[in-house]
Amino acid sequence: MIIKDIIFQLSVRSIRLHFLRSVLAALGIVIGVVAIATMGMMGANMTLSVTEELSEMGNILVVTPYPVGGGRMMGLHGGGGSSSGNDDEFLSESQFNDIERIAAKYGTVYAVHSESDTIEIGSKTGRATIYGLDTSVIPDILPLQDGAYPKSTSSVVVGPTLAERFDLKTGSKIDIGDPDEGDSTTVRVVGILEERGMSMDLNTDSAIIGSEKLFSGMFGGEGEYNQVNVVLDDINDAEAVSTEITDQLNRKEEEVTVQDSSRMLESITSTLGTMTTFVMAIAGISLLVAAVSIFNVMMMSVTERIREIGILRSIGTQRLEVRKMFIYEAAILGFIGATIGALLSVAIGYVIVLAMVGSTDFFFSPGSIVYVPFAMLVGVIICVISGVYPAWRASNLDPIEALRSE
Amino acid sequence: MSSAPVIEFENVTKVYPLPAGDVIALDRVSLTIDEGEFVAIMGPSGSGKSTLLNQVGSLDVPTSGNVFIAGRNIGEMDDRELTNLRLNKIGYIFQKFNLIPLLTAYENVEYPYILKHRNQDDSGRVSNFLSMVGIDSDFALHKPPELSGGQQQRVSIARALVNNPKILLCDEPTGNLDSKTGHQIMDIIAGLNRKGMTVIMVTHDPAIASFASRTITLEDGRVT
Repeated sequence: MIIKDIIFQLSVRSIRLHFLRSVLAALGIVIGVVAIATMGMMGANMTLSVTEELSEMGNILVVTPYPVGGGRMMGLHGGGGSSSGNDDEFLSESQFNDIERIAAKYGTVYAVHSESDTIEIGSKTGRATIYGLDTSVIPDILPLQDGAYPKSTSSVVVGPTLAERFDLKTGSKIDIGDPDEGDSTTVRVVGILEERGMSMDLNTDSAIIGSEKLFSGMFGGEGEYNQVNVVLDDINDAEAVSTEITDQLNRKEEEVTVQDSSRMLESITSTLGTMTTFVMAIAGISLLVAAVSIFNVMMMSVTERIREIGILRSIGTQRLEVRKMFIYEAAILGFIGATIGALLSVAIGYVIVLAMVGSTDFFFSPGSIVYVPFAMLVGVIICVISGVYPAWRASNLDPIEALRSE
Repeated sequence: MSSAPVIEFENVTKVYPLPAGDVIALDRVSLTIDEGEFVAIMGPSGSGKSTLLNQVGSLDVPTSGNVFIAGRNIGEMDDRELTNLRLNKIGYIFQKFNLIPLLTAYENVEYPYILKHRNQDDSGRVSNFLSMVGIDSDFALHKPPELSGGQQQRVSIARALVNNPKILLCDEPTGNLDSKTGHQIMDIIAGLNRKGMTVIMVTHDPAIASFASRTITLEDGRVT
């Protein structure tokens, strides 16, 4: 039993005897542990929240026509949300069939028509993206907040942002198109979608989503798709499917571009990882300072107790036991400091993560909270290492010399 | 009352190399001390008394010659063995008591016991020794700075005895005590010797030396 160990008792009593000095030394460890744990948690929370945002669409491949003239950006939002009806770039029915043939066994494949047009709700007017989708696919890909999915050509669902902006409810009517030109179509809102945020495939928050028939009735373009999305069952197939599509469709010339989020996720994660390591290394300097202060306190303890060490040695205490006594002392300081540091870093880390990341959804997830025991362990180890030389020095004192010291 | 020698010095020389020149603390000392003897070691300051006691206490080893303690040559022992010898065979009483200030009187006595037995004393041995030297259970809970010199020396005698040593080494045991207390302490030590304990005592007080059955006098590192 370690508590009954007389050597351990001596260490504890020595710390208690020099309480203030010990507290000050442990304070350095507290600060170091808080710094490392907090920085680590901040980095982890940033990475986790970005990863979550991106991996929500990590299983989605977006196939778009290869840009002609190179004028179009193929970035994150290149395919989905923007109105791309201003050029002739469409995926043909046969291309869609090719993609479907390749990807259908890996998940859901659906084609997307999109167009931006003027809308009118009562007296308010504005613009919105209108998506035309296969009605059988809509329930699979777009979760509903309220109402039902569109079944007829006159019914649509709308994104929550649009609904809020125009005060839309199920049953509301929207006129799409310019009524002055006489080609407006009136549709009825049957459901409101859940918020989806910015995404690579469809940006539905401010959009109107209806059937393909409704879309082609308004804008034409039957068999001409702005993009084809593939929702994979298994995220790990992303690369294989992407390669197969580009291999087959781009055999003769570049016809399509396939985007997936995994590469972007990789690069963001790696950047955040580097940043976290860097910030933690800076925080680590505070632990180094703490190590120096522990070392200093331990050396003081050894110097003050030279005579006591001489007594202990002369009455039969082994070198190893003297060494243990000082290592225990350093370890106790480290453990107390690290424990207080760990508790504080949960509180401080929570506030900092909330302030810097804006969300504490991931704060208690293993990837984030693991930094608390990690920093604690680093703190204790650093303390013990700081105690090694003083302990070695104490144990190698000549007992006769030590007894003679005042 | 002599039997087998418990301490034997064969031509022992101890040299301390110093920048100003080597100091010969013991110069070809040969002596034998039998089990159960009470030997006083006398001599002026710097005559080598403490050096001789440190050899017997196996805190130091000779530069040349052999020192046998309880049949073992300390010159051939490593630090671990020497430490074990001190723990098991030798009880040390110092002029300055040398109790551990962080421990209570009781714990000071128990400390060598725990080192030896790896366990706390539940046989009452520690308390018995404390009451034998005249420390009651109240004082046993005090830390050394709260005790008088005489009480501290009593505690240190109990500590020296707790592991049942073969040899009791006393380095000026009354040097820091008034003469009345000094005599009380000497009565305890002489009583232990009468029960068969081998006692080696360094002193420069002839009155204290008179408690011993034999006196060895050192001068300039030699036995005179």
